[in-house]
Amino acid sequence: MSEATAPKAVEAPLTFLDDRLGSTTFFKRNMKKVFPDHWSFMLGEIALYSFIILLLTGTFLTLWFKPSMGEVVYNGSYTHLRGVTMSEAYASTLHISFDVRGGLLMRQIHHWAAVLFMAAILAHMLRVFFTGAYRKPRELNWLIGIGMFTLGMLEGLFGYSLPDDLLSGTGLRITQGVAESIPVVGTYLYMFLFGGEFPGQDIVPRLYMLHILLIPGLLLGMVTAHMMIMWVQKHTAMPVKNQTEHQVYGYPFYPVFMAKTGAYFLFTFGVLALLGAFAQINPIWLFGPYDPGAISSGSQPDWYMGPLEGALRIMPNWEITALGHTLSLNVLIPALVPLGIIFGGAAAWPWVEAWVTGDRRHHHVNTRPRNAPVRTATGMAAVAFYGLLWLAGANDILADKFHISLFATTWFFRVMVFVGPFLAFIITKRICLGLQRKDADVIGHGVESGVIMMSPEGKFSERHEPARDEEKQVILSKENARLQPPARDARGIPAPGAKGPLGHLRARLNRAWTFDDIPVEEHGHGEQEEIEGGRTSQEISH
Amino acid sequence: MSDDNKETAGSTGPHEQGGRRERVIGTPSPAREKALLAEDDISAPAGVGEQLDERSAKRAERIVAAFFLLAFLASVVFIAYFIGWSGRDGGMHGVTDARETNFWLGGTMALAFLAMAVGVTIWVRRLMTSKPIVQERHELAADEASRAAFNRDFLEGAQDSGITKRPLLRRTLLLAAAPLGLAPLVLLRDLGPLPEKKLRHTFWGEAVKLAQAQGKKGVRLVVDGTNRPLKVSDFATPGSMITVLPEGIEEHLPEDQVLTQVAKAVTILINVPQEQFKPAKGRENWHVNGVVAYSKVCTHVGCPAALYEQTTHHILCPCHQSTFDATDAAKVIFGPAARPLPQLPLSVEDGYIIATSDYHEPIGPSFWERG
Repeated sequence: MSEATAPKAVEAPLTFLDDRLGSTTFFKRNMKKVFPDHWSFMLGEIALYSFIILLLTGTFLTLWFKPSMGEVVYNGSYTHLRGVTMSEAYASTLHISFDVRGGLLMRQIHHWAAVLFMAAILAHMLRVFFTGAYRKPRELNWLIGIGMFTLGMLEGLFGYSLPDDLLSGTGLRITQGVAESIPVVGTYLYMFLFGGEFPGQDIVPRLYMLHILLIPGLLLGMVTAHMMIMWVQKHTAMPVKNQTEHQVYGYPFYPVFMAKTGAYFLFTFGVLALLGAFAQINPIWLFGPYDPGAISSGSQPDWYMGPLEGALRIMPNWEITALGHTLSLNVLIPALVPLGIIFGGAAAWPWVEAWVTGDRRHHHVNTRPRNAPVRTATGMAAVAFYGLLWLAGANDILADKFHISLFATTWFFRVMVFVGPFLAFIITKRICLGLQRKDADVIGHGVESGVIMMSPEGKFSERHEPARDEEKQVILSKENARLQPPARDARGIPAPGAKGPLGHLRARLNRAWTFDDIPVEEHGHGEQEEIEGGRTSQEISH
Repeated sequence: MSDDNKETAGSTGPHEQGGRRERVIGTPSPAREKALLAEDDISAPAGVGEQLDERSAKRAERIVAAFFLLAFLASVVFIAYFIGWSGRDGGMHGVTDARETNFWLGGTMALAFLAMAVGVTIWVRRLMTSKPIVQERHELAADEASRAAFNRDFLEGAQDSGITKRPLLRRTLLLAAAPLGLAPLVLLRDLGPLPEKKLRHTFWGEAVKLAQAQGKKGVRLVVDGTNRPLKVSDFATPGSMITVLPEGIEEHLPEDQVLTQVAKAVTILINVPQEQFKPAKGRENWHVNGVVAYSKVCTHVGCPAALYEQTTHHILCPCHQSTFDATDAAKVIFGPAARPLPQLPLSVEDGYIIATSDYHEPIGPSFWERG
């Protein structure tokens, strides 16, 4: 190292920092930090970069946006709305769009980035779930992720409510109706949130504070924690060659990963700029200012609110009135239960799984989805549930576009939202087990080589060759189900872990988790050698 | 950032692997000689471990440089367009200008970012010579000795502070902290008024009272937007739905309350063919020749129930598709709404349609105290 010295421009500030912070120790240690490679590891990065872009574009927008519901008569350059009475929030949004150069671009990039942020988080969470990357020691990051998605929903809802246009006002009206339905405290919550009756004068300034200060602040803290935890724990790796529980293999942070992730930020920003330039989003000038008596048909929230909207739409009209009180189950259940199941279930899952499988080890190498069929199937059931609710949020559009009766569409979703997840579970599990069988076959018999052999007797058969080393390592990453002690031994005495109703439940769930596992392992030594060699013309006929 | 990469004895930290890889402790050791595929199948950089062919490297360098130049040009055009063109003729104002500016600024910005991104990507894949390396993953948990030492220090500190020995201190401290925790909640009290009876009546009640004070029977209905009072003769034939408000709502209310009161008072007026109209019990005289008024605020979560199907006389809320029957006291036919739209009692005075009282029940979404 002594022969090469860094240029002065680099050396001087580093020395300055090091003298005061001792930072060189940290840089030296982390400069070559290894990042394992896989395309799906970039999903979280999209979310991170969308967030940064949201902060940048959002800051730009605050320079002109006026979070006020005070009424003004519009006299700006958008001629169709001249002379119309509207809130200052709406007027200033029109101003940003039509009178600030680059304002419309920043608005559209901001909105597209929000849409992408949520989509990237969801995709990232699905990747983490299906590969088992949430397992010990990464449960905390899993929880932070769920928290960020939930906060992101609120952040998005509050954000698109700010312009005070007809569509967003309708969204706020629904928010108000949902708040009002909460038992006991609902009306108080409603009055305190809106500073009086809907719409009042306070809601936009309050949402503005939440949208640009409180929630982004929380999100920024969570993003930082998420990244620091990831850095400390090191990224999980896919179960491929060179990746083990004890080592991680890949390119060093500096220079390769740094350059790649930098390019990725540029790609994200570039694509969002492209969308902002050429794909219109939320054209509030077409909706007009909010008017509590008006609405447009086909009103849709941003995509991430879709499941809530769908749940509200397909819920039967149950309401209980007794003892002088009203309980609006028709609003309360869709508002709380479906996403409660999804987020609550997701948050509890790492611990539930550890409890059921009894697996409390650290995991740094991911599982292939097929090798954890119950997990994968549960994940797909959740995807089906969420997806169906999301689609149900567009039941009027679907009915219209496909010329189906609206009521039939609604009934379809009412049924499917229960049936769909079960079907998804069963189908997914079958597919996983089928893939396990295929893997067992590849290991046991090799892969079809396409070479047809004729034996001296004239029998044709295809030669099978052993799988490539890389492929084999991937396949053999499967951890076969270990034999569990029976819940009761021969004398009927329950095993230590299977006592009591809870222990009994655990034992049953454990059986369900493992009973149909298909062992994937290399066969007996002698035969294997021959296949492995591939030189002896060992034939395997089916 | 914490110390995650602490070197273990013997290991020299990130170590590079070149050529035929040494087996690293911890890797599975299958017969690597027999592998069918080349050693490194990990994606990018492609030049890894190889001596870069100088000619192809030069070519890659030129390609990357071309992309960077393109990015440079795009940014220059962005700035030049902004300064030179976007402000012409008195600046960017209106739809046409905004569209043009958006395309130019957005297009050049996207080009600059994407060209740079592509350039860096090619650089990484074609020119970087870093090799993949292996790092140990370390135990995250502290070792036994550290834990024991921490426990010892922690307990010692607790002992020294006296918090374990002097429960009075502990308890009074907790007592002191408890009300402080509640204080912020109290502070939030002035966020809004208490609900009281606000949700139980609308401006119709006040408007009827004002009208009655002037010796009239009730308040006239005016069309939302034009403020034209409606006459019975306006409803010669069954027609669509009209949104109405109590006359004078804008004049009688302070400016900042108009929208809020309109949001509650907004009402739909429908002319249902009389032979199909089935007035509810006790409301036989609430309509005028089949002209009937319901609250426009959906009883589900409060969207305006603004769609009316003339042939079936269904009122539909476009938000969640609650459907009400206009001929039958706006009873719920389908959808998530639980209650009919409240009906406004109508009558006739001097040929004008009037409302004779407020809604008899709270309008809009259900709430706990509604009963």
